[in-house]
Amino acid sequence: MAEAIKTHVLVLGGGPGGYVAAIRAGQLGLDTTLIEVDRVGGTCLIRGCIPSKAIIHVAGQFQAMANPRHGISLGAPPAIDFAETVKWKEGVVDKLNSGVAALLKRAKVRVLNGWGTFTDGKTCRVATKDGDVTVAAEHVILAAGSLPVELPFLPFGGDVISSTEALSLSAVPKRLVVIGAGYIGLELGIAFRKLGAEMVVVEAMERILPLYDAPLVEPVRRWLQRNGVMLHLGAKAKGLEDGKLVLETKDGETLKLVADKILVTVGRKPSTEGWGLENMAVDMAGRFVKVDDRCATSMNGVWAVGDLVGEPMLEHKAATQGEMVAQIIAGHARKFDPASIPAVCFTEPEIVSAGLLPTPETAKDKSIITAIFPFAANGRALSMEAGDDGGFVRILARASDHRVLGIQAVGAHVSELSNEFSLALEMGAVLEDIAGTIHVHPTLGEAFNEASLRGLGHAIHI
Amino acid sequence: MGRYVFKLPDVGEGTAEAEIVAWHVAVGDVIEEDQNLVDVMTDKATVEMTSPVSGKVISLHGEPGQMAAVGSALVELEVEGAGNAAGKAAPTQKAEAPTPAPIKDKAPPAGAKSPETKVLSALPSVPRTFGDKPLASPAVRQRARDLGIELQYVPGSGPAGRISHADLDAYVASGGSAPSARSAHAWRDGVEEIKIIGLRRKIAEKMQDSKRRIPHYAYVEEIDMTELEELRAHLNKTNRADQPKLNVLPFLIRALVRILPDYPQINARFDDDAGVVHRHAAVHVGIATQTVNGLIVPVVRHAEALDVWDLANEIARIAQLTREGKASRDDLSGSTITITSLGALGGVATTPVINHPEVAIIGPNAIIERPVVRNGQIVVRRMMNLSSSFDHRVVDGFDAAEFIQRVKAMLEHPATLFME
Repeated sequence: MAEAIKTHVLVLGGGPGGYVAAIRAGQLGLDTTLIEVDRVGGTCLIRGCIPSKAIIHVAGQFQAMANPRHGISLGAPPAIDFAETVKWKEGVVDKLNSGVAALLKRAKVRVLNGWGTFTDGKTCRVATKDGDVTVAAEHVILAAGSLPVELPFLPFGGDVISSTEALSLSAVPKRLVVIGAGYIGLELGIAFRKLGAEMVVVEAMERILPLYDAPLVEPVRRWLQRNGVMLHLGAKAKGLEDGKLVLETKDGETLKLVADKILVTVGRKPSTEGWGLENMAVDMAGRFVKVDDRCATSMNGVWAVGDLVGEPMLEHKAATQGEMVAQIIAGHARKFDPASIPAVCFTEPEIVSAGLLPTPETAKDKSIITAIFPFAANGRALSMEAGDDGGFVRILARASDHRVLGIQAVGAHVSELSNEFSLALEMGAVLEDIAGTIHVHPTLGEAFNEASLRGLGHAIHI
Repeated sequence: MGRYVFKLPDVGEGTAEAEIVAWHVAVGDVIEEDQNLVDVMTDKATVEMTSPVSGKVISLHGEPGQMAAVGSALVELEVEGAGNAAGKAAPTQKAEAPTPAPIKDKAPPAGAKSPETKVLSALPSVPRTFGDKPLASPAVRQRARDLGIELQYVPGSGPAGRISHADLDAYVASGGSAPSARSAHAWRDGVEEIKIIGLRRKIAEKMQDSKRRIPHYAYVEEIDMTELEELRAHLNKTNRADQPKLNVLPFLIRALVRILPDYPQINARFDDDAGVVHRHAAVHVGIATQTVNGLIVPVVRHAEALDVWDLANEIARIAQLTREGKASRDDLSGSTITITSLGALGGVATTPVINHPEVAIIGPNAIIERPVVRNGQIVVRRMMNLSSSFDHRVVDGFDAAEFIQRVKAMLEHPATLFME
C-alpha cells in the first residue's frame, strides 16, 4: 500500500528555484515538502555554474603556469591530471550540496528523494526507493528546471557531449569542437583551450555571443583569435560521418572536422516532460509554463519558477522567484518586477550586462547617453593585466534626467562588478549618484565611476 | 577672463520687481549662450530668463520665492573677454533679499545679445510619461506593494523623478489612495509645509488686499432663466458650423454692457491710494478662470463691441490661453468688472471677492428647476441666483440693487437684450 501524505507546500525540483522556495516556505512556518530525484542543488550547483567555475579556475591557473611571465620561470611546463581536477570540483559540489541539504533540514522541509509525477494539479506520486508516496498539497511550486537542447542529427552520446559531461571528463580532450557560441559553450571551450585543448567553434549566427552587441564581445573575440581558436561563424553542423563532424560553412563549403569531443551547447529547453505536467491543466506560453508577475500559473495554487517559466535561464532569477512565491503563499504581497536581471559570462575576459543593452537604435537615439570608460585607463586593470583585450565599462543613461538604463562591462574579473551595477539600477540611480559615490582606488570598479563622469561630460582620467 | 553680471531686465511694462520661481543653473555650471538661467514671475506670467553670454556661473542671487528688483544682479558669470563688470566677484552668494548689486554697468561683451525672454507655462510638469516605469528602490517598491499603492501614481521628488519613502508617505498622507480597509479609521499624523510662492502668493496678496481695502457689500437676487434658457437651447440647436456653443456668460455680459452706461460708478477702477475713481467707458470683463495652479483672471476687452457669438469665442480663447499658461500680460490685465462663475458647481449663493481695484464682481449661481408661484399657480421654472459684491465706498447699496434688478429684468425678457 502506497504511503500518502498531505503538505501545505509541495515543491517539485531541488534546484535554486525549488530549494530556495522550500527553505523560505519552511522559514515562514509552512509545512513544506520538496521532491528531487537527484541530490539537491540542481543544474547550477551540480552540473552548471559552480562546477564550471571550478574548472575555469583551474584552467586559469594552468594557463598562467604554462605561460610564465614577468620574471616567473618554471623548471618544466605544467602537466594536468584532469581526473584530479574533476575530483576537486566534486569536492566543492559536495560541500555546497550538503550545505543546501542542511539548510533544508533546518527549515524543517521534508525532502522526498525520488521521481515525482503529478496525477492532477495538486497531487503528485513520488517513486522513492522505499516505494511510492502520494503527496497532496494546497500549494504546488513547479521548479523542474531545464535540459540541454539536443541536435536531432547529432544526438548526445559517445564523443558528442553536453555541458554536463564536459564537466566530468576523465581527460582534457586534445581536439574540442564547440557547437554553439553562446556563453555556456564559450565558457567551457575557453577553459579547455587554456588547459591545452585545440578549440574550434561552430556557430550558426554571424558572431559569437549573439545576445550581446559586437563591441561588448570584441575583447572575447580577440582572446579567441590570439589563442588560435578557429571560428566558423554562419556555419551549420550537419552530423557525424566516420567519426568526423560534417559542417557547412558560410560560403556553402562542406568541411569535415576531426574531434575528440564535440560539445553541443545550442541552448537549454524547459524540462516539461515526464513528470505529469500534461495532467495539471496549466496554460503554456510556447514551450514554457505560463505565469504572471507573481509566478502564478493559470491554475489556482499552482506556481512555477525558474527555467521552466522563461528566459533568462539564470540561477539568480530562479532563486528570486522561488523566494517570492514562498512569501506570496505565506500571505505577503509580492511581485517579480526587478529593474534588471543582470547576467555574467565567465568567458575570457568576463562580460557583465545589467539593464538596457545598446542596439543600432539606441546608438542613434539622442535621448540616450552612452558613456564608455576603458580599463586601459584604469590603474588596477593595468597592474593585473585586466584590460589587455580592450575591456571597458559602459553606461547607458537617459539624456533628459540622467536615469541609468543599462550598464555593461567586459574585462578580466569584471563579474564581481555585476552587483554594483544591478544595485545602481534597482536603487534608480542617476549618473550623478554614481559620480558622487567614492570608488576605492585602486580597483576595477573605479571605471564605473569614471564612466558616469564621462556620461556627465567630465571624466578625469581620460 | 572677465565677469558678466546678468541683471533682471524690465520684463514688462511697469514691472518693478519679479519673483524668482526656479533656478536652472547652479554655481560652477558652465553654460551656453541662450541657456535657461532662471524662471521669474511677474504679475501673472512666468518668464524664462536666458543667458545672453556663455560662461561659468560664479554666483546666484536670491532663492525661489524671493522678489528681485528690476536691475538687480541675478547671476554672475565668468566669461571669455572683458565681461560687463569690474572688480572681483560679489563677496557672497548667500540668498539675501536681493538689493541691486553695486556694480557699474558696462557694455556687454561683443556678440552678447540682449536677454531674451519668453513666456512659459506656469506649471512645473510631472515628468513621468505614461508607461514609464516608476523609479524607486526595492524597499520603496516593497512598501508600496504592502500598502497596495501603484507607484505609477506617486509623484517622485528625487532626481529623474525617483520616489522616496518620504514621497510615499506624502502620497499616503494626502489620501492618494485608501491603503486598506482597516486604516480607514486610523489616526493620521504629520503636517505638510507648503511654501506659498509664485502664483499662489500673488493670489494670496490680491485677495488679502481686496478684503483689507474694500468694504464688500453683497447682494443676491433670484432670476427666472426659463425663457433665456429656451432661447439659448434654440440657438445652440440651430447654430452654424462656425458658431460656438453658447453658455449663459455671453448673455450675462450682454446685459451688463447694456446697463452699465447707466451705472458708471460700477464699471470703474478705484485708485484708493490716490483717492480717484476711474470710470471707464469701455467694458473690459474679467473672467475668473480656474487653472491647475490656481485662479487667474483673463480679460475680454471691449465686451460692449461684441455680440454673443464673439463673446463666446473670446471667452473660450482667453480661457484656453490661460489654462495653457500662454496668456500675455495684456490678456491678463485692465479689467473694469469681473464675472466669477462656478458653472455646474454654482451653488445657491456666493459672496465673491472683488478683483481690486475694480469695484464690482458678479457671480451667477447654478440654474435649477424650482417650484415658483406664477399667477397663483405653482409652476416649475429654471431659476438662477445672481450673487454680486460691490465696493461700498464708491457704490451705494441702493444703486447696486437697482443695477442688479435691471440685469434681472433684462435676462428674464431676453428679447430686450437685443433691442436697441
